[in-house]
Amino acid sequence: MAERASWSLGAALRGVFGAKTIDDDTWDDLESALIRADFGPAITEDIVGEIRAQVERFKTTDPKDVQRMLREIVEERLAKYDPTLKLTERPAVVLVVGVNGVGKTTTIGKFARFLRSYDRTVVVGAADTFRAAAVDQLATWAERAGVGIVRPEREGQDPASVAFQTVEQAKRDGTEIVIIDTAGRLHTKGGLMDELGKIKRVVEKQAPISEVLLVLDATTGQNGLAQAEAFIEHGGVTGLVLTKLDGSAKGGFVLAVQEKTGLPIKLIGQGEAIGDLTGFTPHVFAQKLVG
Amino acid sequence: MATFGNLSDRLAETFKNLRTKGKLSASDVDGTVREIRRALLDADVSLDVVKQFTAHVRERALGDEVNKALNPAQQVVQIVNDELVAILGGEQRRLQFAKTAPTVIMLAGLQGAGKTTLAGKLAKWLVKDGHTPLLVAADLQRPNAVNQLQVVGAQAGVPVYAPEPGNGTGDPVKVARDAVKQAERAQHDVVIIDTAGRLGVDAELMKQASNIRKATNPDEVLFVIDAMIGQDAVTTAKAFQEGVDFTGVVLSKLDGDARGGAALSVASVTGRPIIFASTGEGLDDFEPFHPDRMASRILDLGDILTLIEQAQSAFDEEEAMKVAEKFATDTFTLNDFLGQMQQLRGAGSIKKMLGMLPGAGGMKQQLENFDEREIVRTEAIIQSMTPAERENTKLLNGSRRVRIAKGSGMTVTDVNQLVARFEQAAKMMKTVARGGMPQIPGMGPMPGGGGHGTGKRQSAKGKGKKQNASRSGNPAKRAAEQAALASGVVPGEAGAPAGSGFGLGGGAGAKGAPSEEELAALQKMLRR
Repeated sequence: MAERASWSLGAALRGVFGAKTIDDDTWDDLESALIRADFGPAITEDIVGEIRAQVERFKTTDPKDVQRMLREIVEERLAKYDPTLKLTERPAVVLVVGVNGVGKTTTIGKFARFLRSYDRTVVVGAADTFRAAAVDQLATWAERAGVGIVRPEREGQDPASVAFQTVEQAKRDGTEIVIIDTAGRLHTKGGLMDELGKIKRVVEKQAPISEVLLVLDATTGQNGLAQAEAFIEHGGVTGLVLTKLDGSAKGGFVLAVQEKTGLPIKLIGQGEAIGDLTGFTPHVFAQKLVG
Repeated sequence: MATFGNLSDRLAETFKNLRTKGKLSASDVDGTVREIRRALLDADVSLDVVKQFTAHVRERALGDEVNKALNPAQQVVQIVNDELVAILGGEQRRLQFAKTAPTVIMLAGLQGAGKTTLAGKLAKWLVKDGHTPLLVAADLQRPNAVNQLQVVGAQAGVPVYAPEPGNGTGDPVKVARDAVKQAERAQHDVVIIDTAGRLGVDAELMKQASNIRKATNPDEVLFVIDAMIGQDAVTTAKAFQEGVDFTGVVLSKLDGDARGGAALSVASVTGRPIIFASTGEGLDDFEPFHPDRMASRILDLGDILTLIEQAQSAFDEEEAMKVAEKFATDTFTLNDFLGQMQQLRGAGSIKKMLGMLPGAGGMKQQLENFDEREIVRTEAIIQSMTPAERENTKLLNGSRRVRIAKGSGMTVTDVNQLVARFEQAAKMMKTVARGGMPQIPGMGPMPGGGGHGTGKRQSAKGKGKKQNASRSGNPAKRAAEQAALASGVVPGEAGAPAGSGFGLGGGAGAKGAPSEEELAALQKMLRR
């Protein structure tokens, strides 16, 4: 059984940082650890190169310094973008998008609860009219979070119309925040991506969209970047949500996603329970990742 | 990923300076191995597997088999391909059925891997094979997973055993055990148990999965894994192997553009074969796994071998030369057009053919939009013409066009469009064949669509629709050229430059398609 631990790189890097001095093994191990964490070969080379240069400049031989440098570099890279959610509009409309099975519906459940704990009124819209029983799954989460839900009026209703009705109802009732669930779609399916654009356009007739959150699964590999690019093009994504960080995956690819796309990570999900969603703080994230 | 270019491009770069030498030195091989390593990592193959793999390739590349080969560089690619196929499990394995019914199949995997959907697909597939499966809702964790399975079961026309409502209540082990008894009673010959998604690090849930396994003694435990998974594939696969000891692997979401290096990692680390590939959201998007195709996908080589085979069987060289000749001498008729189209269709689905080209990832969306039936319609129109009309489109007056439209079940506008398009294409091809620059449609004056008594209104309409129409018809030609290139035939000088003038967005095509030289080289290599 894999060791039950945080998703920290700590274990993989213990050998590196615990060594007496910095030698070739340090670099090899560091590189391996980063690649295993899904940073991808390009970013890995980049980071290792940067640390190497620093080590040379400061003429240090203490592996502990490498650890600190790595933490700083990761944090610095992550902190380049502003992770604050912008929900000042009333109603603030949040569209949640992503490929199949990354945890969109679960994230919405947790996000709704998260907002409720700040005393915001929330309504969720079940615009995933495609996958079997997705509406019921969202309804269960809405009930757990204690928020309202707008269901499709009939089977297979156009998702854009469900989204429209949700926003309409929120405006009528004066609900502060609207979260809209969408069906999972692979970013390579042109037709489905166009549908996303339509949902967006239709909702915008009612109210401006405050946030479009792209949910990414931490277990995803280098394909995460392709996903992000496609969703940005069609869905106008404004922020990322990284889920399933409670597993053994490190989600290092988000660094590449953030840098290539300029999109900040805004939320992170770490479990199936309703409280397992937190805001994103680069400092904490880097600390946890590097140890 | 497109940004890095595909492996064949990168290797070609590495091999450039080898051409003159014709012999690989150790440092040449190292450079090559580095590129392969990078490509595999980009494809999300796990680091340990990559290290092991590249060491092996290096060893073989320095051996005699390479240096004796005519083209060492291509030999290296061949080795890589061979090795990949070997790891992925030389040949495909079929599902094992129990000697005495019911056969129990248990599904396990991470959250969101696609287990419930797969359960439905598997059930439907088994029904088609004459089995009577029973689906079992043992995912009592995720909200409404039970409902989802019920809906999926209804779609597949398979009964679902769901005694517990789920949403966190009920004992999945008991459900699974009872389900097998229920199957015996109701004489179902296959039981498919859908279990909750679980993380490899969740000891408690892994224990539960292992208990389900003990309680039901399944004939197959299928580990469902997302093709998009990254380096974590190994950790997860190991955890599941230790936890439930799966017997086979299903790779899901292969319809995306992930290279699916995970397949390699899992097969290599666990030694378990990949049995199925799941390729879409429909219940029929499900097929047995082909190791050789996956190898090419991971390397982004495209399904070249298949493509070449298909293209070669469809196009004979003589025919292509004749067509080129006709272009040049302005005797290209609708008959030839029809012949070309039929040749192409004989090669199978055009969409598939284009999709097999390496680096075609970027074109996928355009491929989706391309309506294959358009070719059938075009064929119908041409076939409704008399031989004389096919030879000389100038014969086509208003009443002839009405007759053709009726005969082919299309409208006069469609006929007009086809004729206009044909004339335009023939003209363009002629120009190119004579070495001139083609006039890009839409830029220059449009040839009149209507003309013969069909009135201004229609011609205007025809013009409006033209964008669409020329998309649909011309890709056929574009594909024809590409396929012709693939089979090593160049229709005059026409091929490449004219391609950009035709549909399917020249830009994407030019970016995605490999050069003729590359294809020829690869073809040589793969045929050896």
